[in-house]
Amino acid sequence: MSNIITRNIIRFIVLLLIQVLLLNNIKFNGYLNPYFYILFILLLPKETPKWLLLVSAFSLGFGVDIFMKSIGINAAATVLVAFIRPSLIKYLSTGKDIEPNMQIGIKSFGFRWFFLYSLILIFVHNFVLYFLDIFSFNEILLTFYNILLGTIITLSLVIIIQYLFYNIKMKK
Amino acid sequence: MRYFFSFLIKYHFFFLFLLLEIFSVILIINNNRFQGSAIINATNHFTGSLFSGANNISEYFNLASVNRELSEEIGKLKTISFDQNAMDSTLIPHQDTNYNYISAKVINNSTNRSSNYLMLNKGRKNGIEADMGVVCNEGIVGIVIGVSKNYCTVMSVIHKDAKISAKIKKNLQLVNLIWNENSYKKGTITDIPTHINLIKGDTIITSGFSFVFPEKIMIGTFDKYKTKMGESLNSAVLNFSTDFNSLNYVYVIQNINKKEEINLVKDSQHE
Repeated sequence: MSNIITRNIIRFIVLLLIQVLLLNNIKFNGYLNPYFYILFILLLPKETPKWLLLVSAFSLGFGVDIFMKSIGINAAATVLVAFIRPSLIKYLSTGKDIEPNMQIGIKSFGFRWFFLYSLILIFVHNFVLYFLDIFSFNEILLTFYNILLGTIITLSLVIIIQYLFYNIKMKK
Repeated sequence: MRYFFSFLIKYHFFFLFLLLEIFSVILIINNNRFQGSAIINATNHFTGSLFSGANNISEYFNLASVNRELSEEIGKLKTISFDQNAMDSTLIPHQDTNYNYISAKVINNSTNRSSNYLMLNKGRKNGIEADMGVVCNEGIVGIVIGVSKNYCTVMSVIHKDAKISAKIKKNLQLVNLIWNENSYKKGTITDIPTHINLIKGDTIITSGFSFVFPEKIMIGTFDKYKTKMGESLNSAVLNFSTDFNSLNYVYVIQNINKKEEINLVKDSQHE
């Protein structure tokens, strides 16, 4: 148990540092940052107490915010993602036999499940981030384009990391 | 009361969510004020030291371009001093000495959001205060909004709340500079009188009418008109002379007579 907690605390710090020191300087298409830190929320154990889920989401978002000087924006988006996460897991897992201590990831849940799960959460996250940042409905098409592109980039990173770190055997 | 608490506990997930979201929105609204928020000031020291640590590593990759910029700058300065020696010095108006330039290094910078900030490695210790202007060799950069002991946060000119008093160089007409473009390369000049005819390449400079920037600092060049129907004053797109994406060394401008100027304005407003 304490092993899981330590692992998640380390993941929190490492993802925060990667986000503010590295990824915020990477600009796809000239201006798009991947908001990769959301991986922390995606990978939290599904038994995490709900209050802890929200509080850690807020602290992570707020942590990113103080470095990006965008106080509140990342916090709001991340808390929303944390809020819909339990219902989404429940919804996606109907008709699937899930053991209590299964780790969230491609390895135990399968590619389709994890892809859909990440896609929805990352899309919501990017959607809220871009609209809160721009705070207007001018050039709504451009905003949507940015949201879609941002979602694709972050999602690809999340999936690549799964294959790199979790020793998943490719299906033949 | 017991029912109320059991109700709260039963739906604690939803209420905690609501509480945190409301708190975030309050933070967003407070932070949107022009002067920057208390949180930016309070966390300046912490974020600054982390960014400057990371910058120690990354600055090695820019050494070549920094060298080139410095030698270009020396070249420019030499030309100026040569010109002044060659001419009779009494004919040249006195240089503006109301301003001190404090050199600083950019340790963090963003260009891809609607609110962009920079962080510099100079702070209160070096005489930097809020509301000082920041420029670089190519032109205007931003305004200091938060200061800690060793670091300061600068609101970039490419920030949705930035508004800077500017003028057109060729006829000294006053205009305003804002930023509502999607690119860090382009800004918007508003309030251009309709009888003024601008052509591509006309220079826009600072007006010197705010207490922040001295006069005649380069902002950019006129690109094209973008006036909407029914507006009495023209607006236009300009190309910034500053490349906000490659800022490295900048200068913070200290206006020595600022207090006196502000007091004078206050006094005259009272009467």
